[in-house]
Amino acid sequence: MKKWSENITRTCIVGLAIGFMAACSSNDSDPVEPIGENEEYIPTPKALTIPPIFQQLLPPPYIPADNPQTVEGVALGRKLFYDPILSGDGTQACASCHQPANSFSDSRKLSIGIDGFEGIRNSMPIYNMAWNTNEKFFWDGRAVGLELQSLDPVTNPVEMHNTWENAVASLQGDTAYPELYLKAFGTSIITKELTAKAIAQFERTFISANSPFDRYLMGENTLTQQEINGFAIFMDEARGDCFHCHGNEFNPLWTDNAFHNNGLDAIITDKGLGNVSGDPNDDGKFKSPSLRNLAYTAPYMHDGRFATLDDVINHYSEGLVYSRTIDPLMKAVSRGGVQLTESDKSDLKAFLLSLSDSSFITNPDLQDPN
Amino acid sequence: MKKLALLFAMAVIIISCGNDDDAQPEVLGCTDATSINYNPSATIDDGSCVYNKNITFNFSQNWDGQSVSVADFNNTLYTNEFGNKLNISKLRYLISRISLKRADGTTVDFEEYNLIDVEDSTTVFLAPAMMATTGDYTGISFIYGFNEEDNISGEYPDLNAANWNWPDMLGGGYHFLQMEGSYDDVNNMPQPYAYHNGTARVSEGVFEQTYITFNFNQNFTITEDANIEIKMNIAEWYKNPYTWDLNDLDTDLMMNYEAQMHMYENGPTVFSIGSITQ
Repeated sequence: MKKWSENITRTCIVGLAIGFMAACSSNDSDPVEPIGENEEYIPTPKALTIPPIFQQLLPPPYIPADNPQTVEGVALGRKLFYDPILSGDGTQACASCHQPANSFSDSRKLSIGIDGFEGIRNSMPIYNMAWNTNEKFFWDGRAVGLELQSLDPVTNPVEMHNTWENAVASLQGDTAYPELYLKAFGTSIITKELTAKAIAQFERTFISANSPFDRYLMGENTLTQQEINGFAIFMDEARGDCFHCHGNEFNPLWTDNAFHNNGLDAIITDKGLGNVSGDPNDDGKFKSPSLRNLAYTAPYMHDGRFATLDDVINHYSEGLVYSRTIDPLMKAVSRGGVQLTESDKSDLKAFLLSLSDSSFITNPDLQDPN
Repeated sequence: MKKLALLFAMAVIIISCGNDDDAQPEVLGCTDATSINYNPSATIDDGSCVYNKNITFNFSQNWDGQSVSVADFNNTLYTNEFGNKLNISKLRYLISRISLKRADGTTVDFEEYNLIDVEDSTTVFLAPAMMATTGDYTGISFIYGFNEEDNISGEYPDLNAANWNWPDMLGGGYHFLQMEGSYDDVNNMPQPYAYHNGTARVSEGVFEQTYITFNFNQNFTITEDANIEIKMNIAEWYKNPYTWDLNDLDTDLMMNYEAQMHMYENGPTVFSIGSITQ
């Protein structure tokens, strides 16, 4: 049994390989460093390091054909990610609201932009972006592709509140950046598109697959009885029933990457996906976040309303409220939920925390290079 | 076919032996170089040329004949055999081992499986890599779900990423069907249903297969690239023979053996072959 797209993928990989080979043979021909676009120049390809558990269970990572991973591109993206130069007043970087210690989320309920205003959504953690299977980013899925996603916060008035024209001018006038763009893209003429590409390349290297539960699945680790009990609750349709949206031992992404109304509010004030699609049947739907690294990503939900994991579990257990677009997977809503026992709740929490990957948040390759 | 070829070959030999002096012996066969059985020594085309054609399968859904598309999701109200009023908000299902039966008894066995998600238009057709030869066919078969051999936990990366797995404690492998929505209960209040089908759990560690093999006897001739429609009548999931009352069975059906077996009983009338166009 196989999926028909496999053949296409294989053809593409062969095509890419040929492309790389052709590129390698021609890149030492021109010693003169160009300023404008140089089609001859090829930065150093650097494929993502795919963890064995992903290799075994998931499709290959999605890398756009026009933005291959390169050593120089990732290095530029890393510098940009941590540099406040992109913001309107030079005070805020991507990393201000996407901090490594928080699995690249923000410990604040709602992040504060350069003008001191709060946004309306909790900062999303960043990892395993090349396996976001539908390529829809943000809580409401409004950006299609990581490159487009990374353009948004720079101009968002409650975030970095800049213009791209201004951001590009700042980068162009910097002593270091033109040279770094030249190395990454063969041109020192900076654009917002190249900036987004570099940031996206860096973000695609945020790969988290080394939690205690991952190591347990790979046979390298044991779990506590409580964690094992918690996993059984997670997988039990009549108790946790978490797996329909949040993965399972064969889907190590721990998300379906889809959008659901999980019964938070009787009256929908933030329409989420409904604002993007224009379909009232999508009102109140938000992207299922991955359950990896929950130990570092509090608070929870699209608006950060729950300070603790206990609050989250209590919500699904007894806090569900009905609204017209509520997902059918939210059960016993008239009673607020399935009423997990206290021991089920603590077991479930123990399991959820076993999905947290401490080596990810301390990964030296992902820290501030500046 | 092979026998026929042998006969031709013998005929060619006999003819050529017997007509030694003739400058241009007459050889019957396929004279079209683009066919898959082109005979370069044939001088007279006998109409035996065979060609490879692309087959596309189209998966359509209806409710007792009324077409169901994503535009109906959440909006259109359906009444099942029992009388429950329901809408549909999600419909995904798995089809595998599609095969075409040739008139000579041989088969074209496509290797692909397909997870149809009605909300994703790229999944409602399947264009297999293998091609089918021109000629007469007598049947179409496929499996709803995976058979026991194919239904291996974690085996298919795209299905894992689609979160299509069926819990190991319920027999593992993958879902066969996810149909969800809302129905009006006896108090006319909206209640959710999640009609999910997969392997049935009899008791701990004891499971029963619920995949269904469909064999349709149907005569058709492939002359060009063809499109074959496989139809799902959603209403049949709720009847024939078991008249389904959502008030009794709405959610938590995966570990409910009776519910899984009722799905299995109702399944055989769900699928049919629609139009074959080329």
